[in-house]
Amino acid sequence: MSKIHISATVNGDPVEFLTEAGVTLLDALRDELALTGSKEGCGSGDCGACSVILDGRLTCSCLILAAEAQGRRIETIEGMARGGELHPLQQKFLDHAALQCGFCTPGLLIAAKALLDANPDPTETETRYWLAGNLCRCTGYDKVIRAVMDAAAELRQVRAA
Amino acid sequence: MSDAPTKNRPDTAALKVIGTRPVRPDGVDKVTGRAAYGADFRAPGMLTGRVKRSPHAHARIVSIDTRKARALAGVKAIVTAADFPDLASQEYEAGESASNLRDLAMNVMARNKVLYQGHPVAAVAAVSASIAEAAVALIEVTYETLPHVIDVEAAMAPDAPLLHSHLFTEGVSPRPASPSNIAKRHLFVRGDVDAALAAAEVVIDRRYTTQAVHQGYIEPHACVAEMAADGQCQVWSSSQGQFMVRTYCAKVLGIEISDIRVTPAEIGGGFGGKTTVYLEPLALALSRQSGAPVKMVMTREEVFTATGPTSGSVMHVRLGATREGRITAADVELKFQAGAFPGSPAGAASMTAIACYDVADFRVVGWDVVTNSPKVAAYRAPGAPIAAFAVESAIEELAQQLGLDPIAIRRLNGVRDGMKAAYGPTFENIGFMETLDAIESHPHYKAPLGPNQGRGVAVGFWFNIGGESSAAVHLSEDGGAVVATGSPDIGGSRASMAMMAAEVLGLPVERVRPIVADTASIGFTGLTGGSRTTFATGMAVVQAAEKVIEELKRRAALIWDVPVETVTWEAGAAIGPLDPKGGARRLDLDTLAAQSGRTGGPISAEVSLNAQGAGPGFGAHICDVEVDPETGQVTVLRYTAAQDVGRAIHPSYVEGQVQGGVAQGVGWALNEEYVFDVDGRMENAGFLDYRVPVASDLPMIDAVLVEVPNPRHPFGAKGVGEVPIVPPLAAVANAVRAATGVRLDDLPLSPPKIRAALQKG
Amino acid sequence: MADLDYVAPASVAGAIEALAGGGAKVLAGGTDLLVQMRAGRVKPQRIVDLKRIPGLIGVRQENGGFVIGASTSGAELGEHAALIHAWPGVVEAVQLIGSTQVQGRASIGGNLCNASPAADSVPALVAARAICVVVGGQGRRELPVEAVVTAPGATVLAPDEFLLEIRLPPRAARASDAYLRQIPRTEMDIAVVGAGVSLTLDAAGVCSEAHVALGAVAPTVLLVEAAGAALIGTTLDDAALDALAQAAEAACRPISDKRGTAEYRTRIAGVLARRAAAIAYRRASERT
Repeated sequence: MSKIHISATVNGDPVEFLTEAGVTLLDALRDELALTGSKEGCGSGDCGACSVILDGRLTCSCLILAAEAQGRRIETIEGMARGGELHPLQQKFLDHAALQCGFCTPGLLIAAKALLDANPDPTETETRYWLAGNLCRCTGYDKVIRAVMDAAAELRQVRAA
Repeated sequence: MSDAPTKNRPDTAALKVIGTRPVRPDGVDKVTGRAAYGADFRAPGMLTGRVKRSPHAHARIVSIDTRKARALAGVKAIVTAADFPDLASQEYEAGESASNLRDLAMNVMARNKVLYQGHPVAAVAAVSASIAEAAVALIEVTYETLPHVIDVEAAMAPDAPLLHSHLFTEGVSPRPASPSNIAKRHLFVRGDVDAALAAAEVVIDRRYTTQAVHQGYIEPHACVAEMAADGQCQVWSSSQGQFMVRTYCAKVLGIEISDIRVTPAEIGGGFGGKTTVYLEPLALALSRQSGAPVKMVMTREEVFTATGPTSGSVMHVRLGATREGRITAADVELKFQAGAFPGSPAGAASMTAIACYDVADFRVVGWDVVTNSPKVAAYRAPGAPIAAFAVESAIEELAQQLGLDPIAIRRLNGVRDGMKAAYGPTFENIGFMETLDAIESHPHYKAPLGPNQGRGVAVGFWFNIGGESSAAVHLSEDGGAVVATGSPDIGGSRASMAMMAAEVLGLPVERVRPIVADTASIGFTGLTGGSRTTFATGMAVVQAAEKVIEELKRRAALIWDVPVETVTWEAGAAIGPLDPKGGARRLDLDTLAAQSGRTGGPISAEVSLNAQGAGPGFGAHICDVEVDPETGQVTVLRYTAAQDVGRAIHPSYVEGQVQGGVAQGVGWALNEEYVFDVDGRMENAGFLDYRVPVASDLPMIDAVLVEVPNPRHPFGAKGVGEVPIVPPLAAVANAVRAATGVRLDDLPLSPPKIRAALQKG
Repeated sequence: MADLDYVAPASVAGAIEALAGGGAKVLAGGTDLLVQMRAGRVKPQRIVDLKRIPGLIGVRQENGGFVIGASTSGAELGEHAALIHAWPGVVEAVQLIGSTQVQGRASIGGNLCNASPAADSVPALVAARAICVVVGGQGRRELPVEAVVTAPGATVLAPDEFLLEIRLPPRAARASDAYLRQIPRTEMDIAVVGAGVSLTLDAAGVCSEAHVALGAVAPTVLLVEAAGAALIGTTLDDAALDALAQAAEAACRPISDKRGTAEYRTRIAGVLARRAAAIAYRRASERT
């Protein structure tokens, strides 16, 4: 059968790749575009390790067909740092030791970025519910939540300045 | 233990790096998506492997017909048990995960019989995933299904379906005349427990049950493996021990250990579950047949159905005590599911069950029972949380019956230095009382509670282990250092290795780069497991750094032309005797490293050791819950966990270990369980219905680090990773009891169960 | 999957044509379909992505009511202030489906057409007396929400039909709704029981119209008329709420499964109906 040609924007750059109808966006990102920062933890949308932002919306890339990406804008963990400069969320995750094994970290960071894009001043409860789709088995979430709240505070200061 | 040189060891009061919180060396890779985990590796020309698994819980394999699958275009290899040697029974020690190699091989690929749903019966390699999946579907396996048994007590019954016709119970005499599902009895006895119970003023007698739970690491098992035409093998995989992978692959395939080189990928969580092999031997066998590298990655469903959970259990506890609350007798029976092959943590559970308490007369019996479920693997303090759920619940009930404060009863009976542990050795330098002090003085303990709220307390113990580790320290010519170890970094051990080396060398931690080396590049190192890495591998790092300093002093002595004994090492520099003009002699590490080419060549040291003297760890937890009396829903409101950690090398990652262990324990207490249907198939093999805690399920978890240093470690460290999962099951259950007045002895404490218990009153 | 193709028609007619060949599955948010395909539970030959059809995504106000495109996601509904004001229960129900990630994709129409008895949005839509607009080769038809699903996994839709939009009726001055579900965790679970209540009050605060729907207590979502009737003419005093809970429990025909026992589901249906009614009543009372 013939392959489907997809043109999309990934992390601000135009990309093209060939895919098949049943292939997920996650597999296309990892296998066709070699963007392996998005992880597969479950393949059913229950763990959030594959989180990407699609046209401004936080989604699980395992629940999207690659074919659906035609003409869409996709943000992945690989686009979060600007050049050599980490995003404040990335820096706060490091400062707060908000990761242990690190496998869920890209998904958590993308989800947290989507949260702060939508709500610059989330409460702890709002943060916990927003991130409920990102399973982390190592940290018990404590330091993750602290890092996100701290990054939010810093970003608010930056915006106010 | 190898004799540690101590003369260059910094005074602990003057520590500059230990106890600080630097950014971890692998941090940037892990927040940018660059870190490469098991499934992120690609080899040129690699094939995709898939596993054909049993749909039955118990069946005889009548035939396997692979002809149609082989005929499918793009299929490059198919293996079954016929492609692996039929091994003899042989025990193999690998730290906490002792295995019988024959069982290991038969778990990797079923031979003659399948023993659980998900048991591999064949594996395929093909040029694409879809072709491999189509080939798996084309393999025709004819089964003769057999009655199955999963419940541990049903499996112990004389008329139970028999998993292994060769299994005769060990640890009983005389040896049974007929085989059974009971693999082993563990027995720990002191005094006369029956007499002590008969004489006790108060007796608590309770039965407790728990279900199998999974480690729940977010990264599924994954590997790429290659066997060249000359038999040389390469494996890239995510595991808790690259040397474990090497040994197990060699044994399962019947090849030489030295023909395999295993490169550790980043590991996305293990918690004990990645202390064995599932895919790697299959991938190597497929590569041997196809001549190409083979990549295999499990689905989440495969992880749940075919990799190790820990045991479900039935436990019986009888405690005898005086009216004042002094425990005089403990009779504990633990029946543990092992899954398809022997090896449940019933032994460790038996040893830890009453380890926190000084009890004159006791009998602890642990039963290891095979069942038609996936073979259990280690899970964080294997067995201890299960036993602690029973014993800590019983202690709570005793305290309640006697009107005693839950901390007071534990202080009254708790172990102290010099006491002989129930499992044998005599305790030294333990911090149990200090952890009780820490929770008692914590504001949490006296905080007011509202309606439908309750507070629970529980404590826990883990041995912590040492064992075999290797480490190398290489100085670069600019005075920085590389630290190589053989210990996979699951939770931040690169940071602690770099910090320990930096402390000894007198370098800023940023100038020490830690790596996890492959099996060809560092000496043998046991698994990352048993809370041994910071202790044992850390000890190797410290000793290697100390050897480097000895060499640096020798070089300085050479340059100054003074006897080496006159040179000391202070704050990152060699200090020599005053020069003839009375001037100070000082050569810092950078200068010595820069001159190393002229003073004898590169400066490196490698140390391999077998570390002994890991200090046991204790934790004491407080949990507050609120129970919705109408729905039975439990909300964890507040959690405080105090733990003796010896000395925290990087306190943030130590706190993280405690918080993560608590979260897993809370999940175990409230919602996690394997659910099987009547045919023995797992009904909830996914993160939707196997319910690990999500962020909104938990409060902040206050980790209180108590530091009672371990004198056998250069900086006083004790293992920390396992203790924190031991108390939460009972802490949550005790809190639910306090909130509702109803005691539930069957985990998980899911809403339907709690509501039903409340209705019964 | 080798025989699978993907089309994304830009018109209703194009979609009907794409579906006509048979063996096709409609793709909206994909949060159920992709999971089912991966598990091998469905094996379509064609995937028809509806999201590029104008009107399939979005909310518009029409004749005092709301028209919701079937492929509209929970996240989008949660940003529509007028819809939230008029139908807070419907929006909160849709927003309980899955994680934030799933919210970004899962559609209100997909939640219905997946035909799960536990679908969160459906009890709220049934209580709201929502109407479904279905299009297909035989033309266009309208039917009440509760008539769409016939059994777990089964709907009345013909192979070449699909759900175009969901219509919510105009709202009286003092009317509101609420949806509650019971799950073992705080998030990420399938409802063990769900309860949607919509009611209208007169000027005196007496309930003049009430509809109660229950999820996950029968093969399909139940509209429990007796439960609604128990509220009418009352100010939702304890006696009325007791009668509501009893009627709700009496209607339940649940199964026991890995998510809950039949007994538990029945009792919780009463508890949740009562709680949801109280919330809806409070919301309606706050309106003038």
